[in-house]
Amino acid sequence: MTALATDLVLSTRGIRKEFGGLVAVSDIDFDIPRHSIVSLIGPNGAGKTTFFNMITGLYKPTAGRIELNGKEITGAKPHQVVRAGIGRTFQNIRLFGNMTAVENVLVGLHHTLKGHWWEAIYRPRSLLREEDRALERARELLALMNLLPRQDDYARNLPYGDQRRLEIARALATDCKLLLLDEPTAGMNPNETLELTEFVRSVRDRLGVTILLIEHDMKVVMGISERVTVLDHGEKIAEGTPAEVRANPRVIEAYLGRGAAGHG
Amino acid sequence: MTAISSTAGGPTARFRGMLADRDGQLRIVLVLIVATIVYGAFYNDLRQGALRPLFEALPMPSVNVLIVMFYYAILALGLNIVVGFAGLLDLGYVAFYVFGAYTTAFLASPLHGISIPWWFVVIAAVGVAALAGVLLGAPTLRLRGDYLAIVTLGFGEIMPVLARNLDNIDLSAFGGPKDFNLTGGNIGVNPIDAPVLPIPGPWGDELVFSNRNPVAALYLILALMLLVFAICVRLRDSRLGRAWMAIREDETAAASMGIDTVSTKLLAFGLGASFSGFTGAFFGAYSTAIFPESFNFAVSISILIMIILGGMGSLRGVVLGAFVIRYVNDALLPYLGGFVDEPVRAVGAALPEIPILKDRIEAFTLTSYNYLLYGVILAVMMIKRPEGLLPVAARKAELHGEGVATEATFGTSGEVAQAATDFEAAEGHLATPESRPDGTDGTDGTDRGDRA
Amino acid sequence: MNVAAWLARNSRLLIVLIAIAAVLALFGTSVPIWGGCTAALDRCADVVAIGVFQGMIVALVALGYTLVYGILQLINFANGSVFMLGSVAALLGVEIFGLTSDSPAASVILAFAVILPVTMAITAGLNAGIERVAYRPLRRAPTLATLISAIGMDFILQNVGQIIIGPSPVSLPSLLPNDVILAEPVVIKVSHLFVTGITLPLLLGLMWFVRTTRQGKAMRATAQDREAAGLMGIDVNRTISLTFLLAGALAGGAGVIVALYNGSAWWQYGFSYGLLAFTAAVFGGIGNLLGAAVGGIFLGILISLNAFYVDPRWQEVVVFGILVLVLIFRPTGLFAEKQSERA
Repeated sequence: MTALATDLVLSTRGIRKEFGGLVAVSDIDFDIPRHSIVSLIGPNGAGKTTFFNMITGLYKPTAGRIELNGKEITGAKPHQVVRAGIGRTFQNIRLFGNMTAVENVLVGLHHTLKGHWWEAIYRPRSLLREEDRALERARELLALMNLLPRQDDYARNLPYGDQRRLEIARALATDCKLLLLDEPTAGMNPNETLELTEFVRSVRDRLGVTILLIEHDMKVVMGISERVTVLDHGEKIAEGTPAEVRANPRVIEAYLGRGAAGHG
Repeated sequence: MTAISSTAGGPTARFRGMLADRDGQLRIVLVLIVATIVYGAFYNDLRQGALRPLFEALPMPSVNVLIVMFYYAILALGLNIVVGFAGLLDLGYVAFYVFGAYTTAFLASPLHGISIPWWFVVIAAVGVAALAGVLLGAPTLRLRGDYLAIVTLGFGEIMPVLARNLDNIDLSAFGGPKDFNLTGGNIGVNPIDAPVLPIPGPWGDELVFSNRNPVAALYLILALMLLVFAICVRLRDSRLGRAWMAIREDETAAASMGIDTVSTKLLAFGLGASFSGFTGAFFGAYSTAIFPESFNFAVSISILIMIILGGMGSLRGVVLGAFVIRYVNDALLPYLGGFVDEPVRAVGAALPEIPILKDRIEAFTLTSYNYLLYGVILAVMMIKRPEGLLPVAARKAELHGEGVATEATFGTSGEVAQAATDFEAAEGHLATPESRPDGTDGTDGTDRGDRA
Repeated sequence: MNVAAWLARNSRLLIVLIAIAAVLALFGTSVPIWGGCTAALDRCADVVAIGVFQGMIVALVALGYTLVYGILQLINFANGSVFMLGSVAALLGVEIFGLTSDSPAASVILAFAVILPVTMAITAGLNAGIERVAYRPLRRAPTLATLISAIGMDFILQNVGQIIIGPSPVSLPSLLPNDVILAEPVVIKVSHLFVTGITLPLLLGLMWFVRTTRQGKAMRATAQDREAAGLMGIDVNRTISLTFLLAGALAGGAGVIVALYNGSAWWQYGFSYGLLAFTAAVFGGIGNLLGAAVGGIFLGILISLNAFYVDPRWQEVVVFGILVLVLIFRPTGLFAEKQSERA
């Protein structure tokens, strides 16, 4: 068990969420090996985002246990989860629109900085040095995302694709070990999608993070993931390599058989 | 990873706000300082001497009006931390002002026979107000914005009631007097010791900063206001300032970036309250008397109006807003009233007998219409120019932008908004049966866990 | 409903309420200076009865808050001032009809048969007009912007009230006879019957309207999901206007009743009754009609007990204390499990 646990960034055991009797997510066991890219798929309403929100602390699970790097984080508050090492993006992009790109990334760095608020008033050298380092780090991350030229643009004025990448930069700034991407290609055309897919892989390779994707688009999922987990009606119906999942009759029935057929 | 260090060490981003201040604002600040000093020093000479016609023809503010303008600017800067930076609507800001003023009254007046120098009292006042802010904020900052507004309003309303009523507390059960007078009741506390520096000069043996020597008080409050302004600039440009802004923009996203939203909001509340307490301490000592009536709901709202008029979050803006509102209230309206009141009353006297209305017109006083003006400013600004007169650049774009969601202030593009709606229609519905009636989606669930 | 289960679910709230009662009792008994009258426990029933009548008035105003909140998720600050203007209108009506305390009962009744509906029509139009001018342009703006606009409207109306009748309370001639109709088990006077006779039909009429009529259903649909209601062919703007009309009419009616019952009108009534009513609405679960009515009566009883056994000058502290505690411990109100009444 311990040997296995060290290989896992995240593991959940029997986590469950009910909303006033409605079971949104039902007793899910889920493991993410380190440095992998894992996808969570399922039709609309399958409970993917609820699952995400439990991992990130927005929802408290009704039952079950979540471990990050072998430490329990069940029921931790969102900021505690981030401090424990999980960064995330949002399906419907939630940047701080009236802050510049670099300020957005600086917010991501927030918990890695130690300066006290009263120091901000008299600005000791240590604080200035820390801020300089933070700024440098923020620019590095922006450069990684090809966003450096737009560092002083307000996030709300960035093109859609840039906003997606800025959100990833902001999440990476939290110094996360596990990066959760919630439908990163939503609203993108095939070219942008392809670009982003490549990009996600390179982020994993270069920064050594582990990535969990929620995706709708089967092409993206099959192309990039090493493992795929399929949810339907809040239950895990399949798990395995993309090829295995693709061949699973329950998946075909639940996922491809319904609405997604139109998606191609 | 390549470091882009050619510009990285530079101060551009860190001091972006500060630099903007240097370019435009520092000059304004200098002009303000010099103008205030000159005006204060020569006010009496000017009024009675060379500029006498000017003072008679125009609504020039007296030194006392300037003092009021300055300390309201501090109040507005303090409330701006709560409303403008952190995005929390506080309608009971006057409560902390009460704490500051009454702490001063307790520690530096014959009421309880304590007479500590103001320079120490002010520290206590700030501390007490900050503590009150934290104590009120701790249980309430989890509430939704409009509920928080009501709770703070209630708190602001209770404080003067306590000040009015706590004048005959029966402490006999605890071995104390039967009618202990804590607050002075309706008649308030009078006198209160003024701030004094033992410096002899043309003003006498010691320098008194009160309405007996308004010029000195003016300089003191100018210095205090500049200090508060500088603190606000530095807080805004700090890590804490970014966290506040992030919370204002999108609380859930801020929490998901590792910001402890509750303690960050609490800090905004506490700091805002401490500025209010600070001003309360000055107000009590400067006017050397306080009354419960000085701290009603209208004071809280008038400070809010200053912020909205000037531009929420904009430091220059809120100072301007405070100046404008207090100037209009204390100098312009009385001045205009001098022209308008008599003719209107004459018309009223000439009117035939109309029940009630005739009496009212006969007793017309323009200055009593200031709340009407406040109300109009609030509504018109919200509808026509929500970003204020001197807005923060980003805010202006935002508030005129399209597709601003109900609670998030971040307007996404139509496409994204549509995608979000579609998605949450599917998944968010599971989250809402017992929760918010405002239709915000299930992802905004930071506080639900605690409540459930 | 299973009482035990309800008690179990609401134990925390009950503890709070008991604590409030304990504090009140402590103040009331150990501090005779404040209480003035502590021995008169035998009048408790009368005090509660007076509270019920006051509570019915509060309930009318509370319904205005709850209706608007239900449909727009907006605390209509101006509601209290609309109510206040209702009492100002009653005062003006009394002047216009030249009523005095000597006027025969028939002419008083006749005059109020005119004053009440006219006032309600005016305040209804006023409230709908406020929505049109100050809230509708902000419907897509952040919630707090509308809230601030509402505060602005409240300030304007308060000042209008002050302009019309002046800064001090104005007395009306005592038009309601002080005759006691019933002495046992509780004292009931003609004025109480008057309050009940107007309030109860309004309360019941509103419930009936929202529950059964077509327009009422449109209101409930709009409250549930404005966009969906629009897609289903409901004229959302019209429905919202109707809601404000109803809220304004109720507030105006309550204003007339208060003017007669208290025998005075004052511009500050808007604020004090407004917050009382808002607290009642929150207490009953904002958006919940029945809850607002029950909350109003509960608060009426509470302030009556406070006035009699403690001291009316602590009323605000008691009311706000309850508001804060309810918001913190049970922000969905006391009757949150019943969502069906939302409008």
